[in-house]
Amino acid sequence: MKRPRRPLFLGRIPYRRRRLRDAARLLPVAGVFLMILPILWTPADGGQRLLSSDVIWFFLTWAVLILLAAALAPGLAKPDETRPGEASGDEEEG
Amino acid sequence: MSFNLLVASCLAYVIFLFAVAFLVERRSGQGKLGWLRSPMVYTLSLSIYCTAWTFYGAVGYAARSGLEFITIYLGPTLVFIGWWWILRKLVHIGRRQRLTSIADLISSRYGKSNSLGVLVTVIAIVAVTPYIALQLQSVVLAFEVFANAAPGEARPAAGQTAIWVAVGLALFTILFGTRNLDAKEQHTGIVAAIAVEAVVKLVALIAVGCFVVWGLAGGVSGIMAKIDASSLHDWQLQPGRWTAILFLAGAAVICLPRMFQVIVVENSDERQLARASWAFPAYMLAMSLFIIPIAVMGIERLPEGANPDMFVLTLPLAEGQGALAMLAFLGGFSSATSMVIVEAIALATMVSNHIVIPTWLRLRRSGAISEDVRSLVLNARRISIALVLALGLGYYRVSGGSGALAEIGLISFAGVAQFLPVMIGGIFWRGATRTGALLGLGTGFALWAYCLFLPSFGDAILPASVLQQGLWGFGWLRPEAMFGTEVMDPLVHALFWSLIANTAVFCAASILSFPGPVERLQSAVFVNVFDGPVGPQRWARGEAEPEALLVMTQRIMGEEEAQGLFERAARDQGKSESMLPDPTPAFLAALEEKLAGSIGAATAHAMISKLVGLDTVTVEDLMVVARESAQLMEHSAQLEEQRGALSRTATALREANEKLTALSVQKDAFLSQISHELRTPMTSIRAFSEILAEGDLPPGTVARSGGIIRDEAVRLTRLLDDLLDLSVLESGKVQLSVSLVSMRDMIDRAILATEKVKPERDIEFTRDTIAESVWMRTDADRLTQVFINLIANARKYCDSSHPRIRIAVRVKGGRVRVDVSDNGKGIPKALQSMVFEKFWRLPGEARASGAGLGLAICREIVTNLGGSIDYLPGQGGAAFRVVLPLRIDPG
Repeated sequence: MKRPRRPLFLGRIPYRRRRLRDAARLLPVAGVFLMILPILWTPADGGQRLLSSDVIWFFLTWAVLILLAAALAPGLAKPDETRPGEASGDEEEG
Repeated sequence: MSFNLLVASCLAYVIFLFAVAFLVERRSGQGKLGWLRSPMVYTLSLSIYCTAWTFYGAVGYAARSGLEFITIYLGPTLVFIGWWWILRKLVHIGRRQRLTSIADLISSRYGKSNSLGVLVTVIAIVAVTPYIALQLQSVVLAFEVFANAAPGEARPAAGQTAIWVAVGLALFTILFGTRNLDAKEQHTGIVAAIAVEAVVKLVALIAVGCFVVWGLAGGVSGIMAKIDASSLHDWQLQPGRWTAILFLAGAAVICLPRMFQVIVVENSDERQLARASWAFPAYMLAMSLFIIPIAVMGIERLPEGANPDMFVLTLPLAEGQGALAMLAFLGGFSSATSMVIVEAIALATMVSNHIVIPTWLRLRRSGAISEDVRSLVLNARRISIALVLALGLGYYRVSGGSGALAEIGLISFAGVAQFLPVMIGGIFWRGATRTGALLGLGTGFALWAYCLFLPSFGDAILPASVLQQGLWGFGWLRPEAMFGTEVMDPLVHALFWSLIANTAVFCAASILSFPGPVERLQSAVFVNVFDGPVGPQRWARGEAEPEALLVMTQRIMGEEEAQGLFERAARDQGKSESMLPDPTPAFLAALEEKLAGSIGAATAHAMISKLVGLDTVTVEDLMVVARESAQLMEHSAQLEEQRGALSRTATALREANEKLTALSVQKDAFLSQISHELRTPMTSIRAFSEILAEGDLPPGTVARSGGIIRDEAVRLTRLLDDLLDLSVLESGKVQLSVSLVSMRDMIDRAILATEKVKPERDIEFTRDTIAESVWMRTDADRLTQVFINLIANARKYCDSSHPRIRIAVRVKGGRVRVDVSDNGKGIPKALQSMVFEKFWRLPGEARASGAGLGLAICREIVTNLGGSIDYLPGQGGAAFRVVLPLRIDPG
């Protein structure tokens, strides 16, 4: 189906909204990186690593991811007051 | 702590849940939902992800494999904080398409294919059965823990406990899960009960955790020291398993039938999802926070050989905290029951929508649906629920209740993860086809069963020889080391091969196959769901009787709701007295969508097809229609072409006719002119010859009369000559004698020849003899005739007192331009266009001066010589311009 032409440049508010969505898309990528990172750690059997610090690492990064998601969520949930075609076109990249 | 007290409190708790579900259903029936639709309740309902596996099993998992248990919660966390990628689209599609289950999603995405629906249902049941067994096992273990704590009392055997629990759960689920067939498959009462259970299990686990940390380990620093000192410290992260389970848990959270049910089906708006995107990970974090401390303290405090899966219960019991243990038991009970209830509902919906109803539709062939479909569907669901629980119970009995909870759960996860490629491909890739989905899913499922599911029974199903030497003795077909990949962990191995093969076959078959029309339509609807409604399949105005449709809808949705729906539709169509709307395409589409919410897209489509009389719209039918319309179009194109040709011919004929008419008019005018011109001299000749015939006349009169007769005869001859000349010139049959001549010579001759015209006038000629020295190849006599004519005219009609004739010659671009002008008053503008017409004379000029053919002849001569002659206005007098080519080829 034919998509209506979209403007090349956006106003300030729609622009921020787009970047917010970019952030929402990037957040899980960052999360995957942080959660996969431990496979590069030195094995614990040498005795240098402390299990407690590992526990703290995981729960801290986990909490940070949750807080970031909580910060993004209200802006993302706002109903789109721009044209419907705008949001959908944006979505195609995903 | 008495065992009977435990059973009693358990029953009390169940009755409490019952009351919650019942009250909420009643409120929802009155349309007062309010906070029940709030994002918080939605988030809490998602907590059925944390089952008894989490509540009991996570501690056991941590005690055995250290921090690896956390991946089970990190995977879903990543999926939820990345909700903008997948979950948002899934939920959007779910609402738009009124999906009832994951089988419905996959079947309607791939052209409302029922075979896919059946396949997905079967895979889901097989994959989830161990998971349900796990819940029963955990409840049985928990009962045993309490029974062992109070050895004196009479208690049922473990097997019996499992049966009682299964029966109880089946009853609860049937009572609340199959009370009604909603327009959308939503269960507010159940969701509310689950939200309560979510709170109970969280509170219970945190209470145990707090007791362990602050009651036993002496605060945060104390527990940290104990963690570092414990045997868990030897845990090693295995990169393969770590990544695989992270991925697996992320996939399972959207592919598990019960998770799909609560995330997509029970969702009512996007804000719920936005809240859950962080609140659900936060819930899981809270659930995981005390797992490691409980595991560490359990290993430290409890005797060697104690089942780590039960630490959550045994630790408080061993420390004499009966009430806390009771709370922990209720938490575990909540986890197990909520999971089983929702899973059973989700699976039962799939079974009834994709297996029972299609089979029933196929068995009966007649069109009208008169029986009570509603009760059929509900009964099918009730039986399915019982069946699902019976299967779980059977698995528990067969597997012997052994094995760690976590390992059983992971087998299930790997099974449902097979839906992932088909699902993600379906919502992001328009090229994914039904064939691809069927083959991909089938391959993945077969490999999962061969590599992971069947070996989990030990050698009960797969003989030991197959496990050790491979299928038919092929070493590279060993279930746990396909193609020689022996170093892989069995779980990672199975996941790796099944998903790789699944995805590869799915993509390859999709690329090679060609989708049907409904499939292509659905692919566009699903992939471009944010582009606004494309709409499901449009119904052509069929022959469906509104009565039959109403009867069918009543059977499915219940009388009141169906009648309300039809009445509203009739009102929208502007019908005031009748409550039956016309079966317009729009109404049929809306009805299908509504029914799809109750019985699944494929079934709703099939039912309406039956009534509309489009029972078997196959691809071939559509192709025939397409071919016919293509022929029609070709035919009309041909007709159009013929019509065009005809109208072109008609135009040409009309033009020719106009030309002929004009020529005829011209001819008539010419003839009347000629007869007039001939008549005048003839009249005078006749008159004077009659005078002469009388005789007896004085000689002067005879001489005068003879002179007049001669003059008139000469004039007549000249006129006839001119006419002859003109007709020869006009016919184009004139013979030109082309030679090399000088322009100057021709002009000299012309001036000389015209000296006899009004010789009394003294005319001054203005010439440029150098410019006139132009040699040209042309017919000198004819051209001179033109000049004679022009100069004679000027001599005759120039009315200036000092008449002057200017002749200007100029060569330009292979053509000669000769202007002949005088200084008289010229020709009035209105008459300029007439000067070259035959028999045209200046008004008021003397009759005798000429027949008015001179300029007409000039024009014909010049045309024959390949040039043109025009009146040149704005020269201060009469002026003519002759343009001729420097050389003409001898004609």
